[in-house]
Amino acid sequence: MLALIPLLPFAGFLVNAFVGKRLPKSISGGLATGVMAISFVIAVMQVLALAGMPPENRQINQTLFTWITAGDFSLDLALRLDALSAVMILVITGIGSLIHLYSTSYMHDETDPEFARYFSYLNLFCFFMLMLVLGSNVLVMFVGWEGVGLCSYLLIGYYYEKPSASDAAKKAFVVNRVGDFAFILGALLLLVTFNSLDFYTIALAVKAMPQEVTFGTLSLITLLLFIGATGKSAQIPLYVWLPDAMEGPTPVSALIHAATMVTAGVYMIGRNAMLFEHAPITLTIVAIIGAATALFAGTIGLVQNDIKRVLAYSTVSQLGYMFLAMGVGAYGAGIFHLYTHAFFKACLFLGSGAVIHALHGEQDIRNMGGLKKHIPITYWTFVIASVAIAGVPFLSGFFSKDEILFETFVEGHQVLWVMGVLTSLLTATYMFRLVHLTFHGEERFAGATGATGATSATGAASAHGHAHAAPAAHVAPVAHVAPVAHAGHGVHLHDAPWPMATALIVLALGSILAGYVGVPHALGGHNNFGAWLTPVFNATNCGQTTTTGALAGIAIEECTPVEERDPEEHAGLELGLMIVSSLIALAGIGLATYLWLKHKEIPARMAAQYPGVHRLLLNKYYVDEVYDATIIQPIKVVSTEGLWRGFDVKVIDGAVNGAGYLVSGVSIVLRLLQNGSVKTYAASMFVGTVAILAYYLWR
Amino acid sequence: MPIGHYLVLSGLLFAIGTAGVFLRRNLITLLLSVEIMLNAVNLAFVAFGRVAGTNDGQIITFFVMTVAAAEAAVGLALVIGLFRHRESLNPEAFTSLKW
Repeated sequence: MLALIPLLPFAGFLVNAFVGKRLPKSISGGLATGVMAISFVIAVMQVLALAGMPPENRQINQTLFTWITAGDFSLDLALRLDALSAVMILVITGIGSLIHLYSTSYMHDETDPEFARYFSYLNLFCFFMLMLVLGSNVLVMFVGWEGVGLCSYLLIGYYYEKPSASDAAKKAFVVNRVGDFAFILGALLLLVTFNSLDFYTIALAVKAMPQEVTFGTLSLITLLLFIGATGKSAQIPLYVWLPDAMEGPTPVSALIHAATMVTAGVYMIGRNAMLFEHAPITLTIVAIIGAATALFAGTIGLVQNDIKRVLAYSTVSQLGYMFLAMGVGAYGAGIFHLYTHAFFKACLFLGSGAVIHALHGEQDIRNMGGLKKHIPITYWTFVIASVAIAGVPFLSGFFSKDEILFETFVEGHQVLWVMGVLTSLLTATYMFRLVHLTFHGEERFAGATGATGATSATGAASAHGHAHAAPAAHVAPVAHVAPVAHAGHGVHLHDAPWPMATALIVLALGSILAGYVGVPHALGGHNNFGAWLTPVFNATNCGQTTTTGALAGIAIEECTPVEERDPEEHAGLELGLMIVSSLIALAGIGLATYLWLKHKEIPARMAAQYPGVHRLLLNKYYVDEVYDATIIQPIKVVSTEGLWRGFDVKVIDGAVNGAGYLVSGVSIVLRLLQNGSVKTYAASMFVGTVAILAYYLWR
Repeated sequence: MPIGHYLVLSGLLFAIGTAGVFLRRNLITLLLSVEIMLNAVNLAFVAFGRVAGTNDGQIITFFVMTVAAAEAAVGLALVIGLFRHRESLNPEAFTSLKW
């Protein structure tokens, strides 16, 4: 039953990949969406079955077959559903189904084969993602980990005729390789250290070990795994691929680059919580990287002009939050934010897709504005999701973000807390900058018919849009004919058609309500979400004796839960911090309204006053350029001059050609012996015979 | 007569034949020299056969003579062919079979 959850999308992939070319769009799209929906239903049933079990052994295991047997080592292809993977499969299949539904409408202008190709990739992605979260050992997880990377590559490069898209795909793939390499090393070290790859076995084994105060094996393993996570989850220093990944179709950005794949790193840390808990050095690094990424990406998001890139940096920033939570040991809070983030960020991406769809491929927010009354469904869902991500009280983002900030503060990381709060301010500001520039204010899109009038609006658009050196305005991903702006005539903008609208509305509702499963104690709730997850992070069975080989019989004394705090202890402090961050969120929204709606000249003046800072942010701190200069160019030089012109040409080719020259050189001498003269041959025979005879006579 | 005498004569004949092969510049003389070498060997065979008291030496001599006759026939035919080709019997004229 459990295996059906990933296998259904896989079946959908097979059908669409092999016969999709001949299927009409309604069937290939319907099939892909249908399998996801069925998968979601099965997932819900399984999770309900799981919830019916007693908390300390909530697990559903299914072994498909023995995968590897070598000596005394054996590894099963096994799936395990526990409280943590339950959250993940619900997010993946639930939000995945909605995004599939949305895509049937969004991708409708593609031809039949392209449409089927798109859905086959999307289904394959869901299969791998589900394997990643359901795998009961590191290797199954790794299969999923690599598989989602592959699908991400295929989908970023979906419009492969476009050079920028195929470049972005390659960039994502190569950057991920760096992280994956570290991940493999970490997995191998795990195998060597624990002689097992099963998460549960490892967790129990680690539990019996003391915390590693100095840098040792556990720290190395966790650090390597974390480097893997920085690649997949776009953290410093490997985040550079995610903004470029926006070249893919927008629903892909929503599914892969916001809701699911990029959270794999966070999930992986949660899955190995016991391991990370015993390596405090790594945890500190995780927290610092997370907080730094959150703040860093937030500042870049503040000045970007491409609607999807703003959201991409926002995703990087929110992922930083999740890692901050993981790093301070608040695993439940991190997964909680992962879960709420999936709703509002998917909603934001799908909303931006609806905007782009309505504007026939326009992505530059300087050429938007005033869309509120044209596309009301998109507008309202987008605003709800923005409010949720900003952390305004009583929406989902508020609960999860506050829990992270609270845990950070209580764990004694005040500096990181300040960084988190600043990020919170930035988040609210850049999100509402996006909302205002896109939906409010005067209409600047081509063919606008608003109060400002078509001519002046297009004039404003060109003045606005092309005054700066704009970061390449992206080519329309949806192959529409560019709308022609007839003076006096307006273009009628279509709001999202029903499949898109359904997805948007459901996700907007999710953005409001998803947080209520984890209402904190300070607000009279019981943090059910945290309680649900805690047994997983504590590897449950606290106080019991382990039965695994080497550790059999050792009673596990240390049994302090990962999150051991008395829920009532800091209620007052939590409430206080909550008020602070709510005020900050509102301040951010107010600031954005003041700057980009009421006094639009101020941002421009600030940009003019501090051109250096503005340029630095607009060019993303020149990180791509720095990487190019410090890593890519040296590698290129070493490759061309050293490996190609040096080693390959001189050594490899030299050896091969040298052998040839040697043979022909020796031959030039030797062939003089064959002079065609019978007498010489006879003489050599004679001498040879005499020599042989002489040898036998005198030996 | 002791066997040594026969062997000395045989050795002398063989040396004469060998010298002929190396020193003469006429293909027909070369063939003649080869015949002398073969007969030197025949003489040694017969002498050894007599010492051993068997007929083996004489039998093998008949074989050698037969082969020598065949060789002479083929060799002369080749020599005639070569002469028609080059108007020469000097073996040094026929060195085109080389690199």
